[in-house]
Amino acid sequence: MTSTTTTTRPQAAATRDMREAFAAAVNEEMENDPRIAVVLAVISAGMFRRAAVRHPGRVIDLGIREQAMIGTAGGLALTGMRPVVHTYAPFLVERPFEQIKLDLGHQDVGAVLVSVGGSYDAAAAGRTHQAPGDVALIDTLPGWTVHVPGHADEVRDALRDALPGDDRVYIRLDGSANRAPLPFSRGLTVVRPGSTRSAGVVVAVGPMLDRTLEATADLDVTVAYTATVRPFDRAGLNALVAAAGNADVMLVEPYLRGTSAHEVSEALADRRHRQLSLGVPRDTELRAYGTPADHARAHGLDTPGIARAARDFFLV
Amino acid sequence: MPTTAALTRYADLPALIGLMEGDEKHSAAAHSTLDVVWVLYDRVLAVSPETADDPARDRFLLSKGHGPAAFYAVLAAKGFLDVSALRGWTSFGSALGHHPDRVLVPGVEIGSGSLGHGLPLALGTALGLRAQNVRRPDGTAPRTVVLVGDGELDEGSNHEAIAAAGRLGVGSLTTVVIDNGSAMHGWPGGIARRFEIEGWATREVQGRDHDALYAAFTRPWGDRPLAVVARVRSAN
Repeated sequence: MTSTTTTTRPQAAATRDMREAFAAAVNEEMENDPRIAVVLAVISAGMFRRAAVRHPGRVIDLGIREQAMIGTAGGLALTGMRPVVHTYAPFLVERPFEQIKLDLGHQDVGAVLVSVGGSYDAAAAGRTHQAPGDVALIDTLPGWTVHVPGHADEVRDALRDALPGDDRVYIRLDGSANRAPLPFSRGLTVVRPGSTRSAGVVVAVGPMLDRTLEATADLDVTVAYTATVRPFDRAGLNALVAAAGNADVMLVEPYLRGTSAHEVSEALADRRHRQLSLGVPRDTELRAYGTPADHARAHGLDTPGIARAARDFFLV
Repeated sequence: MPTTAALTRYADLPALIGLMEGDEKHSAAAHSTLDVVWVLYDRVLAVSPETADDPARDRFLLSKGHGPAAFYAVLAAKGFLDVSALRGWTSFGSALGHHPDRVLVPGVEIGSGSLGHGLPLALGTALGLRAQNVRRPDGTAPRTVVLVGDGELDEGSNHEAIAAAGRLGVGSLTTVVIDNGSAMHGWPGGIARRFEIEGWATREVQGRDHDALYAAFTRPWGDRPLAVVARVRSAN
């Protein structure tokens, strides 16, 4: 990476907040779709206060009761409603995980779960408010679609796709975002193609795109983007790797390292390949506060960290 | 030997249970839930095999999913299940397991087994029917009745739902607690008190007395959720 191309990269501050985009989209769709019900545990309740008045019974704030939040959502879905369930990722996915498994999956009903906080938006709050393992946990359960939008507009698009259905969808909002949105897609989108003799393929997930592009700017690699990680676009990745000069894949995810490594393995089962996963490390708990940028740096998920990893992986 | 079609009475339940559990455990008294479930399906709930998919049906959610033979027997007696389905229960090809699965068994509203899930699901069901203003033909709201055990109440998820249902005034929700004294540390002051303090109407009743159960479930209780604590002696 050449230092002359480096620019200051405002992230969260420069983009519309993903949580506001979520609330706006749900409020809008509630006007059109009487099935939608919002289930809350205090967090973000102010964003649905007007909807609660406009649509009696369709905004349910249970207080700080996250197990009941998922159970209630399951019951709502059993009556044909479309529950949207929302709080911080650790309290949405980790605390009531058995409810997600049984009250939604085992009942064979759906819901749209929308978390805030990403992996370490709440850096100063500490470990209790961080859930880098959320997507990996959801991934143990069948039938889930997982969206990790990289921009507030992509949050809106993911919700517009998810709300009319009756399936199980997890949408993970992040405090950092890319400068520009990409059109909604369930598959991989090539953002910067490599040559036929390229070193391989980089897959950037959601808010990791801008920094990944920057970190790999001086490498001949194909950079592909996805905001939909489950189902994973295995066929798309296989095709990109087939067109690349080397079957080497670097995966850059904003949550637990290697969360999608098994998907890459499945996608490339027909060829010898190498792969590297970047993400929040599994083997240590980072006992430090500070800012999200501090945590990205500590996890090697800032631009220099990704650049170092990419050079070590591709330039062998 | 009664014909299959005749197995529709309370007196037939032991025989139906026997088809599942074998000869030596015929005693219906071994099943703490039997009388409550029977009274609900026989006299209280407005639901039948014909209305099992009607949005305005009454719903029974068996939260305490273990020991479901009594439940399956009642479903068979009431025509939701073929009696022949009871044979071979818990075998690989059977729809009937030691815990019920709503996807596999007609008439079963929820899959259960892990304790503490039914009450929050029932709360959501009642809230969903209320939000959609679902009404029976006579204009009244359909009921959602969930059965839990006194031991099951140990699970904290129940208490989230008990408090929320009371505060949200979900009058169409009824919880029946089978109290066979199986809670590890007991409930000093009584189980009903836990519901009452959270804003529920409460009733305590002998869990084998059909008329008393019927009255407890149907006597007007206002617009609060209703908790019926049904005491039974035998443990299951």
